[in-house]
Amino acid sequence: MATFRIKRYNPEKQPESYYEEFQLDIKPGMTLLDCMNEIKWTLDGSLTYRMSCRSAICGSCAVKANGHSLLACQRQGAHLVKDDETIVLEPLGNMKPIKDLAVDFKPFWDKVDKVNPYLQPDKKAPKEERKQSPDQFRLIDDSSTCIMCGACYSDCNMLEVDDNFLGPAALAKAQRFVQDSRDGKTLERVKYLSKPGGIWDCTHCGECVERCPKPAQPFHRIKEIMTVALDQGVTNNNGARHALSFAKLVKSSGSLNENIIPVETVGFFNIKGLFDLLPVGLRMFFKGKNPPILHKSIDDVEDVKRIYMELDE
Amino acid sequence: MKFALFTGCVAKGATRELMLSTMKSAEGLGIEFVEMKSAACCGAGVVSEKNPLLADALNARTFAIAEEQNLDLVTICSTCQGILKKTECHVDSDPAYKEKVNSVLQEGGHQYAGGKIKIQHFANVLGTEEGLKLLREKVKRPLTGLKTAAFYGCYVLRPSELSLYENPDDPTGMEEIFEILGATPVYYDSRTKCCGFPIVMMNKDASHDMAGNALIDAVDSGADCVVTGCPLCHLSLDAYQPEIEKMNKKGCSVPILHLPQLVALALGYSPQELGMDTHVVATTGLDKILA
Repeated sequence: MATFRIKRYNPEKQPESYYEEFQLDIKPGMTLLDCMNEIKWTLDGSLTYRMSCRSAICGSCAVKANGHSLLACQRQGAHLVKDDETIVLEPLGNMKPIKDLAVDFKPFWDKVDKVNPYLQPDKKAPKEERKQSPDQFRLIDDSSTCIMCGACYSDCNMLEVDDNFLGPAALAKAQRFVQDSRDGKTLERVKYLSKPGGIWDCTHCGECVERCPKPAQPFHRIKEIMTVALDQGVTNNNGARHALSFAKLVKSSGSLNENIIPVETVGFFNIKGLFDLLPVGLRMFFKGKNPPILHKSIDDVEDVKRIYMELDE
Repeated sequence: MKFALFTGCVAKGATRELMLSTMKSAEGLGIEFVEMKSAACCGAGVVSEKNPLLADALNARTFAIAEEQNLDLVTICSTCQGILKKTECHVDSDPAYKEKVNSVLQEGGHQYAGGKIKIQHFANVLGTEEGLKLLREKVKRPLTGLKTAAFYGCYVLRPSELSLYENPDDPTGMEEIFEILGATPVYYDSRTKCCGFPIVMMNKDASHDMAGNALIDAVDSGADCVVTGCPLCHLSLDAYQPEIEKMNKKGCSVPILHLPQLVALALGYSPQELGMDTHVVATTGLDKILA
């Protein structure tokens, strides 16, 4: 017998959320969603959550189990029971609960809308269908698998501190069009995605990759957009300057010169940006933490330069 | 135990106390590190933003150097560890890609075979049966009474298939080390979260907010210090703590230690020998607890 500790919330009855415990015998083969259904159908009909397909296709039943988001229909209930014989169920994070485990997806969908999630071809429709080679399709295959379940959005560390971030799902969806060979708005798309709240605000926490129930894996897609943005010359922002400076500095000495990268990231003529670097720079200087003024190259740096010549020129 | 040491750039730059304390820990434990002086920067997941193949080629070159030394590779930075494991996965899982990478390395006299060496963070080495046994034998000054909060760093945990921790959502590797050193582990939700460092130049407020939330969580959980295996987390949590304190109304002041500093303290080294006087947040409060 397992104890399901479920976060309940019904603002029509009381403003605060609370936890309620249900005992359930998890039979072999029951998914977490089967368990939730069993609780609803036999113990408390008022328990509220979203569900539909039961086959990890519709993306409706994402919840937090033991602190992390997942698709309830995709996981075996028995596998989620902790050592203390409990499973804790909570609504997805970074979105407001409506009732019990159902959350308001409006901000999520608004952000997906912002990336223009549809094809914008620059040529008239051909008489036959627009064809793609297998290689062209492969570039957008993974992001096409996103089922918009919100698991990535829920656990994104960046969204916990900045609502303005477009978030992993919208950015993965954006990559699906940025790298679509039939789309004609690549440059416009990466310009928009390079603004504050876009690709360069991703903090690399990897939560979206960990929680994604499909191969969409948003962080990898975000990095693919970054590469396209740099290739397209959309470099007038701190994120792009940081990437370019980083790669250039490693080329010149084999290792990162931490004295130069902050300056090149904010830009030499960005007086305010440079001024903002001062407090931490001075603090580290007076503590003796400033990186050595004379930056030392690694041994055999010529081999690193040769690899750059071969792959990056 | 003998390893090829991949120092990473930050241990040679802004957190030289990490390098210092790593070598002291190794000395105290009788571990031999051979520094990989010709290994290039791992790219920190940033070089790959510009050119993924270039980043993988540079890291495969590093693996080839460790193979030539016939030594397992040890990192002292969570970011280096995660990035190197990613390259290992990319290259090892695709023979055609490995051939492409090796064709680039050939002219420099390197070839990456694969499957010959392990890539491990120092914390993982200490967490092995042999490492834990060594620690048990060598602790001279148990850190009794020190409530210690681990801060793992994202890259050693996620993606979980590349993590060396058994349960990356709820790891216990660092806490096991703390217990052997005599310290008391503090478990808190933020220990597996992001420190915000990767966006400190792009979105400073969000970065500091993220770090501040983690610090508050650690302080509220009773931590005397936060211990990290990542020098980038250290910079975010220590060097920027004055800005974070200004931003967060609640107190979040807590010293931040590198894992090798904590280990070496228990081995009997003094805080000065471990460069703890170079931290932005004073660590002197810990002396009273350990007195």
